Amino acid sequence: MRVPVSWLRDHVALPERLTVVEVADAFVRAGLEVEAVHQPGPVSGPLVVGRVQEIEELTGFAKPIRYCLVDDGEPAPRGVICGATNFAVGDLVVLARPGTVLPGDFAIAARSAYGRTSDGMICSAAELRLGDDHTGIIVLTGDAAAPGDSAVEVLGLDDAVIELAVTPDRGYCLSVRGLARELAIAFDVAYADPGLLEVPQTRVAAWPVRVEDQHGCRRFLIRQVSGLDAAAGSPWWMRRRLQLAGMRPISLAVDVTNYVMLELGQPMHAFDATKLDGDLVVRRATEGEKLTTLDGVCRELDPDDMVICDSTGPVSLAAVMGGESTEIGPQTTSLLLEAAIWDPASVARAARRHKLPSEAARRFERGVDPALPPVAAELAATLLTRYGGGEILPGRTDVGARSAQLPVVLPIDLPDRIAGRTYERGATVHRLSQIGCAVQVGGADGSTTVTVVPPSWRPDLTQPADLVEEVLRLEGYDTIPSELPPAPPGRGLTATQRRRRTVSRALAGAGYVEVLPSPFVSASTWDAFGLPEDDPRRRTVALLNPLESDRDQLATTLLPGLLEALVRNVARGQREVALYAMAQVVQPHANAAAMPDPWVLGRPSDAEIAALIGALPAQPLHVGTVLAGHWERPGWWGPGRSVTWADAVQAARLVGHAVDVDLAVRAVARPPWHPGRCAQLQVDGQPVGFAGELHPAVVDALGLPPGTCAMELDLDALPLTDRHPAPVVSAYPPVLQDIALVVDAAVPAADLTTTLRRGAGELLEDVRLFDVYTGDQIGPGKRSLAFALRFRAPDRTLTAAEATAARDAAVTAAIETHGATLRS
Amino acid sequence: MSGPNDAYDPKQVAVLTPEALAQAVEDAEKAFAQAVDLDELAAVKPAHLGDRSPLLTARREIGALPPKARAEAGKRLNHSRTAVQAAFDQRRAALAVERNSRTLREEAVDVTLPWDRVPVGARHPITALCERIADVFVAMGYEVAEGPELEAEWFNFDALNFPKDHPARTMQDSFYVAPEGSGMVLRTHTSPVQIRALLERELPVYVVCPGRTFRTDALDATHTPVFHQIEGLAVDKGITMAHLKGTLDAFARAMFGDTSRIRLRPSFFPFTEPSAEPDVWFPEKKGGPGWVEWGGCGMVNPNVLRACGIDPDVYSGFAFGMGIERTLMFRNGIADMRDMVEGDVRFTRAFGMEA
Repeated sequence: MRVPVSWLRDHVALPERLTVVEVADAFVRAGLEVEAVHQPGPVSGPLVVGRVQEIEELTGFAKPIRYCLVDDGEPAPRGVICGATNFAVGDLVVLARPGTVLPGDFAIAARSAYGRTSDGMICSAAELRLGDDHTGIIVLTGDAAAPGDSAVEVLGLDDAVIELAVTPDRGYCLSVRGLARELAIAFDVAYADPGLLEVPQTRVAAWPVRVEDQHGCRRFLIRQVSGLDAAAGSPWWMRRRLQLAGMRPISLAVDVTNYVMLELGQPMHAFDATKLDGDLVVRRATEGEKLTTLDGVCRELDPDDMVICDSTGPVSLAAVMGGESTEIGPQTTSLLLEAAIWDPASVARAARRHKLPSEAARRFERGVDPALPPVAAELAATLLTRYGGGEILPGRTDVGARSAQLPVVLPIDLPDRIAGRTYERGATVHRLSQIGCAVQVGGADGSTTVTVVPPSWRPDLTQPADLVEEVLRLEGYDTIPSELPPAPPGRGLTATQRRRRTVSRALAGAGYVEVLPSPFVSASTWDAFGLPEDDPRRRTVALLNPLESDRDQLATTLLPGLLEALVRNVARGQREVALYAMAQVVQPHANAAAMPDPWVLGRPSDAEIAALIGALPAQPLHVGTVLAGHWERPGWWGPGRSVTWADAVQAARLVGHAVDVDLAVRAVARPPWHPGRCAQLQVDGQPVGFAGELHPAVVDALGLPPGTCAMELDLDALPLTDRHPAPVVSAYPPVLQDIALVVDAAVPAADLTTTLRRGAGELLEDVRLFDVYTGDQIGPGKRSLAFALRFRAPDRTLTAAEATAARDAAVTAAIETHGATLRS
Repeated sequence: MSGPNDAYDPKQVAVLTPEALAQAVEDAEKAFAQAVDLDELAAVKPAHLGDRSPLLTARREIGALPPKARAEAGKRLNHSRTAVQAAFDQRRAALAVERNSRTLREEAVDVTLPWDRVPVGARHPITALCERIADVFVAMGYEVAEGPELEAEWFNFDALNFPKDHPARTMQDSFYVAPEGSGMVLRTHTSPVQIRALLERELPVYVVCPGRTFRTDALDATHTPVFHQIEGLAVDKGITMAHLKGTLDAFARAMFGDTSRIRLRPSFFPFTEPSAEPDVWFPEKKGGPGWVEWGGCGMVNPNVLRACGIDPDVYSGFAFGMGIERTLMFRNGIADMRDMVEGDVRFTRAFGMEA
């Protein structure tokens, strides 16, 4: 809402000395966000009103040029050259005498042009920064001013505009009326409510109206004006105010309805009465009905839309946009003025459905004062006849009536109890009365309660807390003290929360840089990943309104986002990139239940709460890493080492170590990984993630550096370790024994290690694979794996014979389980 | 080698003669003196102080002497041995000094050489700041609550007192989920976690909820469709707006230093009544200390408490929420939102492990 300060001053007796900044600050304290303060462009020097006395059309030039004599209040008229033609002798214009400096440092001086001397300039709106209208000069209407008057004052060039963001609960502040009331309270000065306009009584109807849906239409009022001069324009001051408020002046009828909406907050619609046929019916649209709206679009109506119909069908989409067939035009002389109160929710749905957010819909959605329709219609009719001639027809149709505001009862000290301070006696009554409430002290039983009937323009005041806010904000939030609530003993972070931090620090400490990957992916990503059609990762949640139409799916894995960040870093010149991310992914259930919609007037049942939660997709917390380039860089110390599948698997082990979970590793083939270089990470036989080198086809498809590796784990699938049992640390000396075993190349090292551990028994403290050999010495299809075994007893010095026996048992197990042979 | 039962003429034990001992000492001193470094010295040491050195060999012969001669010979022997050991120690000390002054200098390296062999990691400042804020509140007795990012509209709107079709819903610029009417939305704020916390937990409830949130703002220098918030909620008997202010003041001091504080401006949120927008006094503000807009807050709307089965006549509460990105931007002087979103390692690495 943009409001000129001069307009506010029409209704509230603001002290003259108040600056616009002080006014803006008052709005902020009242809870209205000031988005901008527009100060007028600087004009200095003699900018005055002049009256055109003579026009001489100069000929022989490429465009029409006029030499005019203008009376500017001085003894002799001033001769001025002008290129515009939208004025006639007798018109009042704006004249910049030599010495005037217009906005943009545009200095006016007497100059020779077209063979004459031009002793000043007749100004257009654009030259004064009053809009972008370059089509002609400003013509002031009627008796706006006399020659010689300061045009700065007449035009309101010194009028500042405050631009406010009005929150949805304060619909009444989408009007000069409501804003002026807030200022009157803020500065404690007199206020003249334009909503209290006297309306003549009448028993005659203006037009037959039937409201069939009284829920959708609370009140419907018609007033008629006829005999208007179709050519009459709106007065300069009205156009000027509309412009300052951010609206474009169009015609007298449109300008008046807009003006009344801005002044009072009641949106209106004007029909050309001669284009209407028969009774007006207010109802919901029926299936298949169509309406061509003012913007020339033929719209399919929804059975939820409120429409106004005549005998031909819908002629207006209520509260949203009028119809083309009854549009007022240059020939319109008879107007039907509609001022109605519509159901806010219906308007909101219709405006959204038809994608027609309008100034009118904005106000109806937030609730319009139901007392306004007669006042608004009267003001509009009065303005129309004042500036367009004609007469207001005596009848008024008024269907439906304002529903009374329900009283709210609250303890008189509730504001004190909520604020945490004691207000002066009477503050509650004083403040609530100020905003227009009818306040009665003392409950039925004589207790200290107040019964408050909110004013008709405050549909947002329905419960005690709403009234408390009014008292607190008007008393000033700055008067509320600052103190801490009594602190309960907290239990600290949960094990899951601590674990998440540990994993994050472990990965960062290991050399990975954290990124926050985008959750939005394109279906084509899954093709690039080479996922089969039935891969569960393709089963995504899709957005109805994605920002980028091809990225409309919520990621089921962190990899697309991580790889996107990797590509970006590589494109920006990074060669060695190691990234990690931790985030929720969205994995819909195969057969999701419908989302319930429980009530909000009390706690839903446990079953309903469980159903709400159960209808949501699984959203486990994942951790992922991607890496490319060198893991160890080349340098003065020697050559580097590129990242390998093993680094990715090690990242998974690192996470496992951080959260105290042993991850078993098994080879699997799973896109997008290289089928021979992908490890599945398991806990108790259940897969919890994957790691390895990416498939070369995926690398190509996504433009990744060759050899890019990746890891992803479902953190939520890892069991929590709350208390780790302490190990026994033996101080007795160890016995070290090395063995080399030859096995089929297909036997996984992890399996062989497990077997050795099992076979060796409890005396084996540690087993470490230290060499892998393939070659002629052991034959094709075989591998030699060399292990260092460390034996130790917890309670004595182990003898060599004991260690050897344990080692032999380990070897025997390897022979039996894997067909291994001991290499001597 | 002689045994103790052999009848020896003591004069036959030549190695124990004073002359022989003196010779051994002299030989040792000479050999030590000729050693040019510690390695050579170590190499000649066994010949003079080792098991097979003349002095140690002589010691084994001492039993061959007549008892009355043994004491004197032993004394002589010890004297010689001490002399050799002293000569060795002296020479070793001298050579060590020499080594320290020469060899170690030759072994010197350029310790300023880089060792950026393995990559250096970093945590995202958003993560770090979320943790830091959570820690501030955990220290005040709060717990950290969480919820899913794809949320039921009931949690994100209905239970938070957003009536259906109310303009406040459209103000949130939600990402809706197919099919139409799915009843799900990418959470537009962390406030649904308030509802979950109130439904799940015993009263009183003091929680903060950091997390990722979503709105349909295209990415530019000051907007991002995916951002982070931290929500605070306290529901207890006798909670007042003064408690809200005190808590935010404490929060402001923890984040921006002891001179920081909060002021409240009236505002509107469906889930709070009264509602306010806090401004925080930021001493390091660009262009001089000043107030910076810092989220939203208010007293929990009684309708919200009712939807969670809490009697608003017995309990009251306050809630607040701040944007983490916005906080980082003014706190750490980040000019462009995209830096926090794009994942450029140069940006994140600059922060190290903390923000």
